[in-house]
Amino acid sequence: MLPYPLLTVSLILMWMLLGGFTPGQFILGTLVAVFASWAMASLRPDKPKIRKWHLLPKLVAIVFLDIIRSNIAVAKVLIFGRSKTGRAGFLSIPLEIEDRTALAVLAIILTSTPGSAWLEYDQHDKTVLLHVLDLLDEDEWIGLVKNRYEKLLMEIFA
Amino acid sequence: MMGSVVDIPLWGAIVVAFFLLIGASLTLIGAIGFLRLPTFYERIHAPTLGTSWGIGGIMLASMIYFTLSSERLVIHEILIGIFVTVTTPVTLMLLARAALHRDRAENDDSVPGKFRNDRES
Repeated sequence: MLPYPLLTVSLILMWMLLGGFTPGQFILGTLVAVFASWAMASLRPDKPKIRKWHLLPKLVAIVFLDIIRSNIAVAKVLIFGRSKTGRAGFLSIPLEIEDRTALAVLAIILTSTPGSAWLEYDQHDKTVLLHVLDLLDEDEWIGLVKNRYEKLLMEIFA
Repeated sequence: MMGSVVDIPLWGAIVVAFFLLIGASLTLIGAIGFLRLPTFYERIHAPTLGTSWGIGGIMLASMIYFTLSSERLVIHEILIGIFVTVTTPVTLMLLARAALHRDRAENDDSVPGKFRNDRES
């Protein structure tokens, strides 16, 4: 009946956020969401498998804090210039996660954190090419991506 | 019903102003950085200030202001935040990969090549 429950619920929520939280909007939104998720099912995208829901808030909290921190860091770089040892540079990081959804989430995390940009992912090598604005220590960045985000993502999307 | 500016309490006005200023300043700093940074790959970092806390601060300010002034919960701005966050990587990767392709085609040494396993410095 409902191939993508998460999508359906998100669509209903979005509909009601825009239209107002009334019973009428709920019914209309549910209709639209159910038909939309059927349409989605005929496209047959990979279904994301979220194994450990309880870790999601932790990930959101970590990313939220990191976004604030890196916003301050990048704003400093833009106003005062880079520290003497820092430079902009490319960084290639081998990744273990292969799940498409997990990769997409990692790309969103690294892009929304100012200072690091996800340039391209190589499916063959399973490496990602990043560009970092203020690169002080390469190993620190690799550790950050691998330990802080990748481990958690691998647990969530097992 | 939408109230006027005077209807919201002072603490609310201070909080709204705080978030609005943070969001606006970060977006401005990002825009200036976009103008001043020397290379393409450095420039793509600057606007992400606007798409993270820039939009976040303005979004929060708008949510708080309209919630206080219309005396009901107004949170649909969060959709703007979600969609900006989710769609930014798409544009960024598209631009970055186009730039990488161009630089590789020109055999630019400052850009790491494709299918190379050693770590670039």
